[in-house]
Amino acid sequence: MSSETIASRPVYGSLAPVESNYHLFIADDHGGAAIVELAQHLSSDFWTNCEIIYINSQPNSASDHSDAIEALQCSKFYLGASIDAARGRISNSLNRAKMGTQIYLAGSEQLLNVSTMLVIEAGYDHRSVQTEQRGSLARRVQCVHCKGITPDVITQPTVCSHCGLLLLVRDHYSRRLAAFQGVNINAEYPDDIPETVEAFV
Amino acid sequence: MSANNMIDVVVTQVVEVNELVKRFHFSRPDGLALPAFSGGSHIIVEMSDGEHVRKSPYSLMSSPLDTSDYQISIRRDDEGRGGSLYMHREVRPGMSMRISAPANLFPINNRSTKHLMIAGGIGITPFIAQTAQLLATGGDFELHYGARTTELASYVDELRASIGRRLHAYIGENIDFDDLLSRQPAGTHLYVCGPEPMIELVLAKAAENGWPKGHIHFEHFAKAPPGEPFTAYLSKSNKSIQVGKDQSLLEAMEEAGVDAPYLCRGGACGQCETTVVEAEGKILHGDYWLDDEEKAAGNKIMPCVSRFCGSNLVIER
Ligand code: FES
Repeated sequence: MSSETIASRPVYGSLAPVESNYHLFIADDHGGAAIVELAQHLSSDFWTNCEIIYINSQPNSASDHSDAIEALQCSKFYLGASIDAARGRISNSLNRAKMGTQIYLAGSEQLLNVSTMLVIEAGYDHRSVQTEQRGSLARRVQCVHCKGITPDVITQPTVCSHCGLLLLVRDHYSRRLAAFQGVNINAEYPDDIPETVEAFV
Repeated sequence: MSANNMIDVVVTQVVEVNELVKRFHFSRPDGLALPAFSGGSHIIVEMSDGEHVRKSPYSLMSSPLDTSDYQISIRRDDEGRGGSLYMHREVRPGMSMRISAPANLFPINNRSTKHLMIAGGIGITPFIAQTAQLLATGGDFELHYGARTTELASYVDELRASIGRRLHAYIGENIDFDDLLSRQPAGTHLYVCGPEPMIELVLAKAAENGWPKGHIHFEHFAKAPPGEPFTAYLSKSNKSIQVGKDQSLLEAMEEAGVDAPYLCRGGACGQCETTVVEAEGKILHGDYWLDDEEKAAGNKIMPCVSRFCGSNLVIER
C-alpha cells in the first residue's frame, strides 16, 4: 500500500488493544482475521467488555471470519452484510459509548474510511481510533465536478457513476466525506482515453 | 509575536474580588473596540516597574462578545518576581498600560459534543470567558470548580448566576475525577486549568480512563522565577546582556533592544525556543515545552521562564 504520497492520504497501523473499561471493534471481511489473531494474545476476559460489529459481505468464503468472532463471546455482537446497512448500528454504538471506550477498525479501506467518518460525526478525534487495513483497497471516490460519490472504485481512471466523466482518482482525501477526490482526466482532449488499470485491489 | 505590537490601554476599574484576587479592566483610550478574541485566550501585560519592564501572561476572563472591556484577574503571589504584587499595589484606575493582542493556546474545540471543564482556584478565569462564549453559541458544557475555601472560590456566585446548574463547585472538597471521567458521553472534550498538581492528577486520571490525547486540553503557564543574576551572550546580535534577579532572560533581551519571539511567556507554547551555543554551567529549565531528554541535552533554552547558573552562556539570538 502506498502511504508515501500526500498528507491527506490516510495511513493505517495495526491494532494494539490498550487497557479500557470498554472496547468497540468495527471490522469487515478480512479485517475479522485481525480480531481473531488478537484473541490469541488476549485473555478471554477481554471480550466481556467488548462490542464487535462485523460486516461479512461474502459469507462462506475465505474472508468469512464470523464463526471465529462469534466464538469469542464478546458482550455484544452484530453481524451485518454491508457497511451501508450497518451505518445506523455503528452510529448508535458510538453515540452510546462513554469517553474512554477504545475504538478499533479493521478491514477494507472503505470500511476504515466510512467508520472513521462516523467516529468523527460522533464527536471523536480521528486520531483516537486504531486502524488496521486488511483486504480490499477499493475506494470511495467523490467526483469534484458533480460531487457524486462512487463506491467500490478499483480502476484508475474510473468513470463517475453519477455524471459519467472519466476521473483520475487522486490520493487527495476528505475525512468529512470519507472519499478520495476524482478529477476529470481528459477535459481538454475528450478523445484521449488513457488505459484503465486495476489500481486499488 | 514579539515586543513591537503592543496595544495602549487605560485601566478603567480595579476591583478587589477577595483578599488574594484583584480584577483589572482595560479599555482603549480612544474608546474603540479591542481585538476580537475567543474564550481561553490570554494577553501579555507590560509592567514598567522601576527601571525594568516585566511582561506576564494572564487569561482573559471577560466575555468574548464584549471587546470594549478586557478583564483579567490576578492572584497575589508574595513569592514571585513581583509582577502580581506590582499589579496589586501600583495599578489604579486611569493608569495607561500596554498589553498584547490576545492569543489562544487553550481554545474550545467546536467539533466536540460536550465540554467538560475542570478549574482549580484562579484557574477559573479562562472558563469564565469560555462559558460566556458557549452560552451564546449553545454548546453543551459542565464546569467543575474546586477551591480550598469559600473566599478563594472567586466568581462562584457570578458563575452560579450565569450558568446555573452547569456549575459544580467543590469548596474544600475533593473532586472524584475517576467518577467524573468515566461517565462522560462520547465526543466529550476535557479542559483543565489550575495549579500544576491538579492538572497532573487530572491528566493521569484521564489517561487511566482511556481518554485519547486529542480530547484533553490544559493550560498552565509557568511563572518566570526570580533567581541569581547571570550573564548571557547573544551570538547573532553580538551582545552581552545581564539578567537581573527579578528579570527573565527574555525580558533582559528585550531590554537590550533584541526582538525575541514569544507567545505565552509561560513556558508552554514553544515560540521562544532558542539554541544554546555554549554553556559552562547549568541551565535551570522551568518550561513545559522541552522534554526531559532535551532538557538533559542542554542544547535548547526557553528564555521566557528558564535561567542559567554558571560562568558562560551563549545563545543563538
Ligand atoms: S514564550 Fe511560550 S514557551 Fe516561551
